[in-house]
Formats: sequence, C-alpha cells, structure tokens
Amino acid sequence: MKRYTKDRLRRSMMFVPGNNPGMIRDVHIYAADSIMFDLEDSVAYTEKDTARFLVYNALKTLDFGKKEIVVRINDLSSGLGIKDLEAIVPAGVHVVRLPKTDSAQDVIDCEKEIEHIEREHGMEVGSTGMMAAIESANGVLNAREIAHASDRLIGIALGAEDYVTDLKTTRADGIELLFARSMILNAARSAGIAALDTVFSDVNNEEGFIAEATLVKKLGFDGKSVINPRQIEPLHRVFMPSEKDLNKAYAIMEAIEDAKKRGSGVASLKGKMIDKPVVLRAQRLIALYEAGTRVDDQED
Amino acid sequence: MKLKVPSTAGTAESNDIMVALKPAEAGGIQISLQSNVMQQYGRQIRAVITETLQSLGVENAEVDAVDKGALDCTIRARTAAAAYRAAESDDYKWEAKK
Repeated sequence: MKRYTKDRLRRSMMFVPGNNPGMIRDVHIYAADSIMFDLEDSVAYTEKDTARFLVYNALKTLDFGKKEIVVRINDLSSGLGIKDLEAIVPAGVHVVRLPKTDSAQDVIDCEKEIEHIEREHGMEVGSTGMMAAIESANGVLNAREIAHASDRLIGIALGAEDYVTDLKTTRADGIELLFARSMILNAARSAGIAALDTVFSDVNNEEGFIAEATLVKKLGFDGKSVINPRQIEPLHRVFMPSEKDLNKAYAIMEAIEDAKKRGSGVASLKGKMIDKPVVLRAQRLIALYEAGTRVDDQED
Repeated sequence: MKLKVPSTAGTAESNDIMVALKPAEAGGIQISLQSNVMQQYGRQIRAVITETLQSLGVENAEVDAVDKGALDCTIRARTAAAAYRAAESDDYKWEAKK
C-alpha cells in the first residue's frame, strides 16, 4: 500500500530539526498538515548519524495521526543522502524530500535508491513518496522536467534562500522570487502535483508572513513551509475560503444541480452562465473549506 | 558488535538523554544513571538502554547516562548511536517498520 496520497491538503509543512527530541515529541500537537523532519541544514555535520537514529526511532515508534510525514534528506552527492534513505525508508516515512534538485536526473537517481531499499526490506515498490525542492537557477529552469520525473512525486517546492544566493540577490519583497514561483507553480500544475512555497524566516514579522502567504495563495500554491508553530494558524487562515466566496461556490453548485434536475445542460446564476472552470473552482473551494474544517476539528 | 573506543551521543537539552559508553571486557552492561524522573522511570530507562545494547550484540559496556526526560524512542536512538560510534562502525542495521 502506498504511504502517501497525491491529492491531499498541504497548506502547511512544518520544519522540525531532526536532532531535537523535544520538538519531535511535541510536533503532533500542532495543526500543520505535514511535518517535515530535517536531516539536512538544521543538523550539524558531526551529528548526522545521531539525527538519523533519532528520526528513524521516532518514525517507528510515535503516532503522528493523519499528518503527512516528510523527511528532508541530505543531497545524494554528499554521500549522506543515501545513508539517510537507508534509515528512513524502512522506518516508514511517507514522503522523502530531496533538497537541491537541479535536474530530472536527481529525482531519477533518488528514486532508484529508494526502490532498491524498498526491495531489500520486502516493502512494496513505489510505496514511498517523494517531493523535490528546487533551490537554484538550473532547478527553476528545469522545473517542468523535474515535476514529471517520477510517479512518486507528490509535489515540488521552492527553497528560496539558496535560490536567491544563486541569483546573486537577497530576499526582499517577493519580486525576486516571482519567476521561480511562477515556473514551479506551472511545472507542478502541468504534472498534476502540489506546488509548495518556501519558508518565511522572520517569525516575529507576522504581517510580512501573512502578506507573503496571501501572495502565494493568489498565485495558486497549495501551501507553504513553516519554521515555527506560530505561523501555522495565520497561514491556515489565509488559505481558508472567505464566507462570501464559499456562499458563492455553494450557490454555483446548487444552480448546477437545479439545471441537471431540469435536464438542462446550461446552468446560470444571477443571469450569468456558469461554465466549466467556474464549477471546477467552486468544487475546489468547497473541498478546501471542508478539508480545512475537518483537519482543524481533529486538532482541537 | 565490539566497542573499541569511548563515545557519547545525545545532548543535555530537556527531553534528551546523553549516553556515554566505554568498552569493557567483562562485567556485563553496567549503567550509571542520573535522571530527573529517576523515581518513576529509572528502571525503565535502564531496561531500554540494556535491551538496545543487547540487540546490537554488545555484551559488556560501561554506560554513563544523564537523562532529561527522554522518550523511550529517544533513549534507543541515543544508545544505538553511541554504540555505533564506540564500535567505529557505520554498518547500520535498519529494520522495516512492522
């Protein structure tokens, strides 16, 4: 059985340093849709082994409920990434997050390693999901090929800190990320997978965080990475449909039902014809609302 | 697994446990433990450390552990990491989740 679902709510993916037992213990109490245990940048080089043991044992022992469990491994070229996979794939991770993905080949290489490990442990081949973080100009330009590189991919994500360094700029008001975000979003949609935005590092700047979250929601992203539990609630609020939009969506769906009952192929609302994209948007909005209230109820 | 050198794993942060291992030739697994939850969990912590070492084939060792309220899975992780470090081995035996 696959341990991942392609189509699920991913408004928030919370980073948890892989060598921090306290945070690993507490993470289930937060309302993040996905939890991402990090073996990469938040773990000192000399502690890669201990973090791997900690995440392995946590995955095998703790119950994280319905949350999606992601582990960010080190990149394969470092030699550490394969060791990470050897531990976390048998431990039952739902999704492996590959950092620094520059090309489709990076995804293919990682998938080969995962497949080998699944076979070795008698696990179903294909049961482990993957996501790719794009963090360079090359990665952005190859976003489409990356997004289509494996059936295991649930999404692609922007890693902005390395990316802006590669571009010879710094994080500012978001204009510096517009091209990368647009590329990643279009690549993800072309492959039918999720598009996930980067972290907002200044946890004390809630206003800036909400502005960025609002922008990426407008662009079409599914969600965003968070580095502090304080960012989860404002992020979910941004992604929650407004009452007005929700009422309109329900009215559209009612009009469609009425038209069906009448045997008419054409539905209209307040004199305007409802065409297919409008119905799709209404369905998506209702699904997002219902999924959002369901998950939030569970966490209360 | 044969322990060759002294090692440590873990930190002094709350919810963690610092496990220090020394190779020994005989005497079984000797544990010296400090814990802020000694009264309630001392016996359990010792049992988890012993089981973890035995499952790795370590028969003799001196263990010095300082616990700050670690979960069993953290105790297992720190003990196993310290053992591999002491054995100077990275031939990890990961097992699939049942």
